[in-house]
Amino acid sequence: MSDNVYDSLAETHEDGQWAFGTGFEDVQEEITAPVPDGVDAADLAQYCLMLGDDALICAQRLSEWVANAPELEEEVALANTALDLLGQARVLLARAAHLGAGADEDALAFQRAEPEFRNVALAEIGDDLDFARAIARLLLFSTWRLALLERLVTSRDPVLAAVAGKGVKELAYHRDHAAHWAVRLGDGTDVSHTRMQAALDAVWPYVDELFRTSEVEARLPGVAVDPAETRGAVDAVLDQVLAAATLTRPSRPGAGTIGGRGGRQGVHTEALGHVLAEMQSLARQHPGATW
Amino acid sequence: MDHQALFDETIAADQRIEPRDWMPDAYRATLIRQIAQHAHSEIIGMQPEGNWILRAPSLRRKAILLAKVQDEAGHGMYLYAAAETLGIDREELTEKLIEGRQKYSSIFNYPTLSYADVGVIGWLVDGAAICNQVPLCRCSYGPYARAMIRICKEESFHQRQGYELLLAMVRGTDAQREMVQESTNRWWWPSLMMFGPPDGDSPNTQQSMEWGIKRHTNDELRQRFVDMTVPQAAALGVTLPDPDLRWNAERGRHDYSQPDWTEFKAVISGGGPCNAQRLAHRRRAHDNGAWVREAALAHAEKQARHTEAAA
Amino acid sequence: MSEFTAEGGHGAVPTTGVDTGRGTPRRSWPLYEVFVRGKRGLNHVHVGSLHAPDDEMALRNARDVYTRRNEGVSIWVVRAEHITASSPAEKDPFFAPSGDKVYRHPTFYVIPEDVPHL
Repeated sequence: MSDNVYDSLAETHEDGQWAFGTGFEDVQEEITAPVPDGVDAADLAQYCLMLGDDALICAQRLSEWVANAPELEEEVALANTALDLLGQARVLLARAAHLGAGADEDALAFQRAEPEFRNVALAEIGDDLDFARAIARLLLFSTWRLALLERLVTSRDPVLAAVAGKGVKELAYHRDHAAHWAVRLGDGTDVSHTRMQAALDAVWPYVDELFRTSEVEARLPGVAVDPAETRGAVDAVLDQVLAAATLTRPSRPGAGTIGGRGGRQGVHTEALGHVLAEMQSLARQHPGATW
Repeated sequence: MDHQALFDETIAADQRIEPRDWMPDAYRATLIRQIAQHAHSEIIGMQPEGNWILRAPSLRRKAILLAKVQDEAGHGMYLYAAAETLGIDREELTEKLIEGRQKYSSIFNYPTLSYADVGVIGWLVDGAAICNQVPLCRCSYGPYARAMIRICKEESFHQRQGYELLLAMVRGTDAQREMVQESTNRWWWPSLMMFGPPDGDSPNTQQSMEWGIKRHTNDELRQRFVDMTVPQAAALGVTLPDPDLRWNAERGRHDYSQPDWTEFKAVISGGGPCNAQRLAHRRRAHDNGAWVREAALAHAEKQARHTEAAA
Repeated sequence: MSEFTAEGGHGAVPTTGVDTGRGTPRRSWPLYEVFVRGKRGLNHVHVGSLHAPDDEMALRNARDVYTRRNEGVSIWVVRAEHITASSPAEKDPFFAPSGDKVYRHPTFYVIPEDVPHL
């Protein structure tokens, strides 16, 4: 019996048995590329942490949906998205470590405290396992991150360019998935419309931060992307999605900074402490252990 | 040639029965039961394993565990799809699970209390499942057999990943080594119970074996599992918690003690450590998702009406 | 002890007293059949089925579940109810209609509740 249709699909993966493989090889290779001329290594490391922490914390929030999704197909889709972001986080954190920010990706992920994390609030806020809130966050996060990565592909830093090159395909998928869900929920039943609008209202205060240029980003022209430049593109996509979804663009004020400092400067919402407490607890219980 | 004779001939020739073929009602019912409960097990199994994703102690382990649990969702989907070819709706099967009218493997009624459990589940539970599942790749019902081929490929990878984690842990700190031994002590007996009670207590095996649905008896599978696992435990430096487990040169197999079948009875009757929790969790996810599923259908219907109107 | 066997994946499930359902249609996401042609394949092959509320999601889910998001793999998704199947003539001469549904048991097709004996 040779019902082996799957052989033709499981092509060049050594880890070909994974249904949803991203490879799990350790991420040494590209990350050791030298710092581009005229670029401060510490700044570049901080920028990698910004994009890496965004991905890591968002992946952590998405992982809360395992065994909680509204349908099996959605279990797979959300876990897939989390895996993509986790993969991006690992390369970025490994690069940051190589540039001197820490010993390695795990030291950075598990041994830093909240003030050392550099993610935006949108990544860390909880969704109380409300699918509409999960989609609202994912829609905003992936639309924005896609716009960032599309511009990052021409970065003078080869690692950032490579992460962006691979990442744009992944983020396009995430964005489209979230957008289609936003439309289904916004233009589905009355109940779903109400919930989706409420979810959008709940995450809207965290949008402004996405486009605030930090000092680090300002010091890295041609290497980092100035997030302010993505606003137009992001708004255009959001307008299109919201219209199709029959949703109204919220007009809530942005969540404010404290003395001008926000997530990019290590000043977070109350949510991050809880996320890290859970994420880091086991690793911290076993200092020096390898797993 | 009549239906029954054709069916019998197909089975006797070790060929496949396909969804369009005539089959005895009892064969169909047996398959629905077996495939559905297998699917339910994959889905429920996501809970104990998923329990450690958020706390995985390295990013690589987090990724591996996420991928594994995602595979399990996929396995559930392949199996529900196979069951549906027999004329039952996945939604109905889910309701029966939640109402307790269909079951899932009792092994998932045990809690995952330490990170070592993640590795031990890969090693022992998936190892036992592989013993069960490889023979099913030759099951007489085509869609089930084909789903099993794919599942087996992925499951063997899961087992290796679990074992690899344990290897890393036993080569690590004292605390990690103790964690692995303690976990093994908890999971060994329930893993043996996965094969079901001794053959003497399982008279229904015969019909399933005649239909090519079940290929080996409970005891045969259990023995194979023990023989396979003993050297693996030795390589880990872990002691299996059975003082009477030893090689029997005459039989060419290991002698081992029976697990406590009263505990097994209690667990399968709902008295295990996690039964209520597992089902409640599944019910909650399903109920919380109802408005989402409904919205998606409503939207699709609206779109269909627009398309018709435009045509 | 009543019947429990090692059948199925993780074993130890009951074999007696288990409800196998009436097969009544539910208001759920419709069933799609999935066909895939791998990069080196010459034609599409049936790989299984899935549920989705619309064609768009069916394609996405098929990519996620059946092709591991492999690029360069061609996917067809078709509503199961839109497939007409022949019965293999040599196997089943008693099957009069030559065009029939892809699954023997007619559960997925909406049957009005007031029609008797269905």
